Amino acid sequence: MASDYTDVLQKLCHHLKQFCEPDAQITPQTDLIHQLAIDSVKLLNLVMEIEDEFDISVPLNALADVQTVQELANLIHRIKSAQ
Amino acid sequence: MSLLDKLDAVAATRKALLPEGIDVFGTPIEEVYSSTEARIGDRRILFLGTNNYLGLTFASECLAAAHSAIDSEGTGTTGSRMANGSYSGHRALEREFADFYHCHSCIVFTTGYQANLATISGLAGAGDVVLIDGDSHASIYDGCRLSGAEIIRFRHNDMVDLEKRLRRLGDRSRSTLIIVEGIYSMLGDRAPLAEIVKLKNAYGSTLLLDEAHSLGVLGKTGQGLVEETGLIDKVDFITGTFSKSLGGIGGYCVSNHPQLDQLRYVSRPYIFTASPTPATIASTRAALKLLHDGIELRQQLWKNVHQLYSRLDDLGYQLGPEPSPVIAIILDTPRQALMLWKGLLDHGIYVNLVLPPAAPDGRSLVRCSVSAVHTSEQMDHVGSAFAELREITFA
Ligand SMILES: Cc1ncc(COP(=O)(O)O)c(C=O)c1O
Repeated sequence: MASDYTDVLQKLCHHLKQFCEPDAQITPQTDLIHQLAIDSVKLLNLVMEIEDEFDISVPLNALADVQTVQELANLIHRIKSAQ
Repeated sequence: MSLLDKLDAVAATRKALLPEGIDVFGTPIEEVYSSTEARIGDRRILFLGTNNYLGLTFASECLAAAHSAIDSEGTGTTGSRMANGSYSGHRALEREFADFYHCHSCIVFTTGYQANLATISGLAGAGDVVLIDGDSHASIYDGCRLSGAEIIRFRHNDMVDLEKRLRRLGDRSRSTLIIVEGIYSMLGDRAPLAEIVKLKNAYGSTLLLDEAHSLGVLGKTGQGLVEETGLIDKVDFITGTFSKSLGGIGGYCVSNHPQLDQLRYVSRPYIFTASPTPATIASTRAALKLLHDGIELRQQLWKNVHQLYSRLDDLGYQLGPEPSPVIAIILDTPRQALMLWKGLLDHGIYVNLVLPPAAPDGRSLVRCSVSAVHTSEQMDHVGSAFAELREITFA
């Protein structure tokens, strides 16, 4: 379970890098919108990539509560585990 | 951040994006001369973004019907049909729409936006899933939110992605409402309806098609994409609007499912708003007849579409994927889009400017819509203006 979560976090960070400035610092606590400047359009594109990677669908409703990298990783992990 | 600070932030964003002195998103129209011409400031301009596909806003039959309805029934209904009753016009228009689609039932709504809100939130609820195209109109997104259902997007017109998402749902695909549009409002492309119908049948889902931009435009009698593809019996619910090809305001939903009628008792956007005015209903009834019989209007519309699309294509503008009455010019930056929009206005041509996040994929668009009543001189003028503006836009 724990290693699953680490795996999710690692893959998420890998995708995230392509959406931010090259020198952006990404930690679990990083705020997607305010610190990484991921706007709503970028966030939806990022989510589409992640959905393919993990073979899941992330409902838009759930995304409304996501602010940090960790929250997004938790959400992905939760959906993946429920499958 | 206080409530008002948030609005100040909106003002700051607008200021950074838009030049002083031009109210791009609230252009004052001083006088309207016809379906295609008006006055902005002290200059006569051509409408090339008003979705007036058949040019019916000044059709004499519609004007006469509206005048007579005002005289006999007054200016408004002053309330909801649930509380204040259904006028004969409301009931007649619903029958006429059902007949037009050869369908069991129809409900008329006060706007097209509310037609989507009411239909989606009446059909789907907590525990259900709505599976929508990523390029869906805001009224579809808002209807989904109002419904409380789980909202999942698929990539625009991507059938592999749609199937993947249906498969991931497992048994829940049976309580899933798939929502697509006949012609997409921003890029003007059609939904691949035959493939969507195949998937919805294979996974036991329900299909809602919004024909807002295809009503009056596609099909022999103007039913929309359902008629062009011969798939009317395979689509569960069709919504649409009176505000484009019918030249009025209002919306509808038609279906062969008799359950549609129950939306009148559960759907808040139907119950808690005033019903369409007598004049609106009367002009729409007249317009629906003209639309049904408007084979020549559609021929002229498509002639204009092909003329403008190929001219812009030849000029090297990047366009939406297929010719349709919605012709979108795709620009790399908001600034280029603004330059082109302003340049067109300086040539007396008024179109829509669409900036992120309203345009798909963070792009910027100059969105034109073609009408059957645009004359060939007007279309030539538009072509020449775009030719001149090419250099400026891409300088
Ligand atoms: C696809 C689509 N659906 C619904 C609507 C809402 O219609 P109305 O503006 O008539 O409320 C629009 C247009 O604005 C639209 O483009």
